[in-house]
This record gives sequence, C-alpha cells and structure tokens, in this order.
Amino acid sequence: MVLETKNFGEVEIKEEDIIFFEYGIPGFESMTKFVILGKTDAPDDPFLWLQSTENPNLAFVIMNPRDLVFDYEAEIDMFTANLLKIKDENDALIYCIVTVPQDISKISINLKAPVIINAKDNRGCQVVLENEKYKFKHLITEEFAKA
Amino acid sequence: MLVLTRKRNQSIVVNDNIEVTIIDIQGDQVRVGINAPKDVKVFRKEVYVEMMEENQRAAEVQIQALDILKTAINKNKK
Repeated sequence: MVLETKNFGEVEIKEEDIIFFEYGIPGFESMTKFVILGKTDAPDDPFLWLQSTENPNLAFVIMNPRDLVFDYEAEIDMFTANLLKIKDENDALIYCIVTVPQDISKISINLKAPVIINAKDNRGCQVVLENEKYKFKHLITEEFAKA
Repeated sequence: MLVLTRKRNQSIVVNDNIEVTIIDIQGDQVRVGINAPKDVKVFRKEVYVEMMEENQRAAEVQIQALDILKTAINKNKK
C-alpha cells in the first residue's frame, strides 16, 4: 500500500510492517498505527521515523538510545510485557523519541519514556522508566560529546 | 468528582478489581498503595502530562535543524 508521509512523501509499505499501539502515543492517543521508516538510504544516519499511517503529518524522529548512551537500559515491566505479548526479551526493540526544535543546540532525546516494540508481533507502546537518571529531555549535543 | 474521606489503612475499591489504600499520612504527603490487575496502567499524573507534552513538542520536527545535526554527526565521525 502507498502511504503519505511527513518526511518522505509517498512511500510503499507492507501491511505487515504496521505496528499496533493499543494506547496510541500519549498526547496522540487516537493514533494507533505506525510504521518505522528511514535507515536504508543512509546507513550512518542514526535517526529513524515513527510515522503514523492514519495521519500523514504525525511522525516522530526516533533513534536507538544505545547509539548515544551505550549502557542504556530499559526495564520492561509486566504490564508492558503482557500488553506487547513479549515472550523473549530479545524480541523487544527499544527506541527513544528525539525532539527537534529550530535551535539545534536544544535538540533533545527522551530517555525517560522509550518506545518499546515487539518485533515478532508488531505491537508497541511508550513506557515511563522508574530510573531517576533518565529524563524526558537530554540535550543530544551533550550526549554525543560524551559518547 | 466523587470525594471520599479515608483514614490510614482504609481503602477505596474501584470497579471490583482496583484497590487504593491510604498507607500513611505525614503533613501534606500521603502514601498510597494501589492493587490493580496487570492490564491497568497507573501513572503519577504529572509524569503522564510531562510525557504527553514532550511528545507534542517532538511531533513538531524542524527538518532543517535535523539535517544540520546529521551533518555535524557525520563530520565528527570522519
């Protein structure tokens, strides 16, 4: 099927690539279907897009937090494991949402609330980690300087 | 809003399967225990609101700024 996207224009996607977010993304609770786009054109590019299949204008920049914070850990609680039907922890993909305002020095990554996806079953949700060292805003320039 | 008065160790039951217990009260702080089925999400409200607001900001991606950042990252690598 052809999907209208925010950043890539019209893109051909497969039905089976659609990830179901039962509770949506907080702030956009009615949007429950997303696909992950990007990567293929530039292997060096750490950023991917979580694109809504229901609203072409709704897309988030996401990245693997471990590209930035090598020891990043997200504990998957029982609620999430049940919701996403995660049987094997290796099936869980972890992405963090990147906020990109005009001022690039203020670009930040949300390490506190990662998006967890069961790659086997294409189910996803955003969780909040209890870990106090992760915040909703980590300036990305600072994290890259550390990495 | 339904308003109920509770003392320490007293509970409120919601929908047969969610129990909210007042564990302790000290000054203006109340410790609350929640027993709920595994499929019920429980959040501190301000945490949920913060997550919502951050997502709303994240949905407004400034693509030019992202391109500048990508270029900077690639330069750093070389």
